[in-house]
Formats: sequence, structure tokens, C-alpha cells
Amino acid sequence: MKVVLRNLTKKFPSRDKKNKTDVVAVSNFDFEIPDGKLIGLLGPSGCGKSTTLNLISGLEKPTEGQVFFGEDDVTNLPPEHRGIGLVFQNYALYPHLTVRQNILFPLENLKGKDKLSKEEMLEKATEAAKLVQIDELMERKPGELSGGQQQRVAIARALVKRPKVLLLDEPLSNLDARLRLQTREEIKRIQKETGITTIFVTHDQEEAMSISDMIVVMKDGMVQQIGRPQEVYDNPANLFVAKFLGTPPVNIFQGQVKDGQLVLGEDAVLPVKGAPDGPVLAGIRPEGFLLRKSGAFRCQLSSVEVMGRDISVVASNKAAMSPMIRAIIGSENLAEVSVDASQVSFDLKPSKVFLFDKRTEERLHFNTK
Amino acid sequence: MIKWKSRFNNIKGWLYLLPAILFLGFFMVYPLIDVFVYSFEEGYNSASQTYFGTGTYNYSYVLHDPYFLQALKNTFLLVVITVPLSTGIALLISVGLNSIKPLRNLLQTVYFLPYVTNTLAVGLVFMILFKKTAYSDGLVNLLIQWFGGESVDFIDGPYWAKMFVLCLYTIWVVMPFKILILTSALASVNQDYYKAARVDGTSKFRTFMRITLPMISPMLFYLVITGFIGAFKAYSDAVALFGTNLNAAGMNTIVGYVYDMLYGDSGGYPSYASAAAIILFAIVLTITCINLLISRKNVHY
Repeated sequence: MKVVLRNLTKKFPSRDKKNKTDVVAVSNFDFEIPDGKLIGLLGPSGCGKSTTLNLISGLEKPTEGQVFFGEDDVTNLPPEHRGIGLVFQNYALYPHLTVRQNILFPLENLKGKDKLSKEEMLEKATEAAKLVQIDELMERKPGELSGGQQQRVAIARALVKRPKVLLLDEPLSNLDARLRLQTREEIKRIQKETGITTIFVTHDQEEAMSISDMIVVMKDGMVQQIGRPQEVYDNPANLFVAKFLGTPPVNIFQGQVKDGQLVLGEDAVLPVKGAPDGPVLAGIRPEGFLLRKSGAFRCQLSSVEVMGRDISVVASNKAAMSPMIRAIIGSENLAEVSVDASQVSFDLKPSKVFLFDKRTEERLHFNTK
Repeated sequence: MIKWKSRFNNIKGWLYLLPAILFLGFFMVYPLIDVFVYSFEEGYNSASQTYFGTGTYNYSYVLHDPYFLQALKNTFLLVVITVPLSTGIALLISVGLNSIKPLRNLLQTVYFLPYVTNTLAVGLVFMILFKKTAYSDGLVNLLIQWFGGESVDFIDGPYWAKMFVLCLYTIWVVMPFKILILTSALASVNQDYYKAARVDGTSKFRTFMRITLPMISPMLFYLVITGFIGAFKAYSDAVALFGTNLNAAGMNTIVGYVYDMLYGDSGGYPSYASAAAIILFAIVLTITCINLLISRKNVHY
């Protein structure tokens, strides 16, 4: 089932008595989610991603705009009639019911012609439990399960009715680091096996990038960029997206474009044809640095961290917006940098350098030829 | 050295507990034991500190005393009627309060008012509502007559009418505290459970039965237990309505009987009073144990 959001806007009335302007949680969200894909809604906290999820689920009503499931307008449909499965951030498992009773709960609500016999319900519940691999824990109470197991029960409960759309609110935020890795693979697997269009919300870019078919980056209720994870990473639409994606984060510099050259500090580091002259912000991904003795970009070496596969060169530069910049370089180049040296020089990979307008922070495109 | 230190710590702990232990021992434990002893001493006289002999005669007397049997019946009726009713109505009102937004604070205050009102003042109000005097039949009787019914003497009239007033009064007095506890219990249920239930298409009634009730069951259980104990210990309510001569009115309670045996017109029998008190203690203990057994299955912590 594809999900179409058309000009979706949600405003909340202001609680502040002096300032009566509404709080815009989601503004003009326009997006068509293709059938059977895993979509990550990504953004810092307070960016409206959870509100968007609630709008899709029907728990919140949009101020403006519409939501379509397939061809059907579901904007005014209450959540129970939308055919969705929702997994809450805290899982919201009923603590007094066993795992089996929790998974059976949505099925027992079915009325009229959808009503199932006891055996059919049990069969469906067992099937859902098998899918998330918790069929051994059916008689336990949620309190006796680990965070990861609770998460699976919540997913099983959401899936047992075969929803058209599965919504997950911060599915991994309550798990520890190791479980998080494991569970995100699990979510991907379950989504692939069931083929249900799945939308999940996260503030963790790594999580979103690693399993989503597409990511939506949001900030202050506005969609910043939509695309495949690699596309968005390689081609950020603005400074915010560039900064938000990637660990270690992108290095930002104050620079100038002069005579088709990008100038950082005193060094002309890269030919940038097509970019207008004047002050710019330059973002360089950590992997965009090439260690060269005669490199154009000179920095003060601070330290070298060896991480096995890569080395991380920490340096400083007057033009940088942060006190330290970080370059990730293949460990075979370790010989090129001597730890005692005070200076280190780089060449830059043009595809890893982004220019942004200093005022609007929008991306400025250039070519190197 | 270490041993000495730990012993000192031990002593220090007891030292801190001493004031409370002294108080409790003096005013709770010692009297309790004393009452238990008195209840087996026949014809104990507190002035001369003498008694005739020991045995179970006191119990036999009390259990054959028609006034005690009347008090027992009254107390049981009061418990059986008021505990479920007051808890049920309080639950209904709390759910109502929890689901409305406007006027909620005002109504919460209104429902809590009886709690801060003096028992005897409330009794006075009930008198005005129910008592027949030379001048008026009371407000309720006026209403009954207005609807074409026969006026009833609620205070000095038939037994059922008096019982009705006593139950109504008790329910009215104990309800505010229950509402206070239940509204806060309802408010503390995580809203996500309700959202999850909504997404799953759970009907309002089923949500209440399967989610709300189990979630607030510990509080509900607490109210039922304290409700039982409170109703078994009822006395002042009956006095407020029917005056101090409860035996004559036929509306005595067990605690009232104990009091009468000690200080009432027919009083001066501490042995009988002790036996009655011990019987009450046994009843409350049994009921509470039964409650605990039932709760094990139905209360979810």
C-alpha cells in the first residue's frame, strides 16, 4: 500500500498566553511513499517527525492537507479504521497480560464479519510471534522480558492484524548499542518478509541510513530532503542535511570563492567552476581528505588516532568553524604523516566537498572541470 | 573491634526506633494484649482490679446478647452495602472526572468537600434532610409527598428506612477520599496504552475492563481493604444520625456496642467490651485475609 501525504500541515495552539502564534509542528509535507518500502523519518528532536507519524496513524488530525492510503483518502478516518500497526517508543505493552494475550489483543477486538474463532486467533498470534522469533516466550509477562524482546512483542502485536502500513516510533531508542544493531537488522528482515510499507521515526542518522530504502530529513517541521540514504549523504540539499548525516560529522569552514577557486584561509584548495564569487561555507566530509606532502590545504596537526582499518587525523585550521577538524584516511597512509610534525597537508576529493550559500545555507553547485 | 562497631551500629538503630517503639508499645501493643486478657477474665472490675475467674463466659454472653447480635447484623449490612457501592460510584465519578476537561477542577473540589466537613455537621444536614419534627417532615419527605408517595420517618421509623439513611450517609462520607485516590490513579495510567488500544480498534468498554481496571487495580484494592476495615469500625456516623442511645434505636454497631459496654448507660462491663472487641478484630482479620487471597489473582502491580 502506498502512502501519499499531500500538503500535510499540523499546527498546535500556543500554550504561551502572551504569544498567541500557533506552533507549526509539520509544515506542507508533500511526499509519496512507494508501496512496500522502508522509510526513515529523520531529524533532531522537536522537528515534527513524531507528529508526522501520528498524522499518518490518525492519532492526530492535520490542520491542512490530506493523507491517502493507496487511492483512498483516509484523512478523516479514525486510526482503528485505517489498517495500521503502530509500535510505540515505550512499546506500550499491557503489563498485566502475557505476551500471548498482548498479541491476541488486537484480534479480539474484531467484530462482525471479521470475527475470528479462537483457533484462528491463536494461529495468527503464533504466526506473528514466529515472525519476530518470540514464540518461546508466549507465557511471560512483558516485565520479564528484555528490552529487545519487548520490542519484538510490540512489533508482533502491530503485525498480527496484517496492517497495510506499519509505523514505528523511535523503535530502537530504548535499546542498548549492541541490541540496537541487531534489532535494526531484524526490522529490515521483518519488513522484507512481510512486504508491508513501513515508516519509522528516528533521530539517529546511522540507524536511518543503514536500513531505510528512503530517508526523509526534517527540521522545524519542514522537509529538508527526501531520497535514498546514499544519495542524501552524497548530495545534501543544504548545510543542515550535510551536518546532520555522517559520523564523524562533516567539517565546516568559512571560505571564499575567488576566480573559480575555493579559498580556505590563505590556501586555494579546489577549483570550483560555476560557483559564484564571494564568501561561502564549505563542508568537507572526513573521508574527503587525501594526505599529500605537497597538498594545497595546510592544517596544524594535533593528533593521529589509529583505528585499525583507518586512521583519523585530528587537525586545526583558522578557517574551520569548529576548533578541531577530523580527516579519515586509509591506514596505508600512516607512513605519510609523522606524529612529530606540526603541519599536515591535504588534497581534497571534489565529490566530498560541498559549498553552501553563507546566508541561506542552501547548496551551491560547482564542477571541477 | 569490628564486632564492637557493628554492635554499636545495632544499638544505634534501636535507639532511633526507641521513641516510636515506646509509643506504639504503650498505646497499641500493651492495650491490645490487655484487652485480650480481659476478654477471658470474668466480671473484671477496673476500679478494684479484681475478677471472679477465667474462661470463655464473656464470649458466650456477648454472642447471646440480642443487642450485640443486632449490632453485628447492622455492621454487616453496612459493610456489604456501602463498600461495593461507594467504591463503584467513586470509580464512575472518577472516570467521568478524568474524561472531561472544562469544570474538572471545580468538580474535583466539590466532590472533595465532604472530606473536610465535620462528621457531626454532616449529620446535622442529614437531619434536616430526613428527620421528622413537629414542624416539618424533612426535605426528602417533602419530595416524596410531592411525587405522591407516603412520607417515611427515616430517623425514628422502620428499620429499613434507618438503614437506608445510615448507608447513604456512610457512602457520602467515604466517597471523597476514594474519588481523590482513584482520579490520581487514573491520571497516572500511561496514555500510550490508550493510544495503542485505540489504534487496535478497542471499544471503550473493553478498554476500560481490560486496560484501565487492571492498571488501577492496586489502588482499587487498597480502597476496598481500607473500606472494609473502616465500615467495620463505623460508630460516629450512627451517633451523628441517631444520637447516643443506639441500642434503643436498634442501630448500634459493634464499636458502638463496645463503647456502650464500657461507658454507656448499661456500661461498666470491660470484660464484655473486650470480648466484643476481640470478636470484631477476628472478623476484620478474616475478611482482610480473604481480600488478600482474592487480590493475588486480580491485582496487577
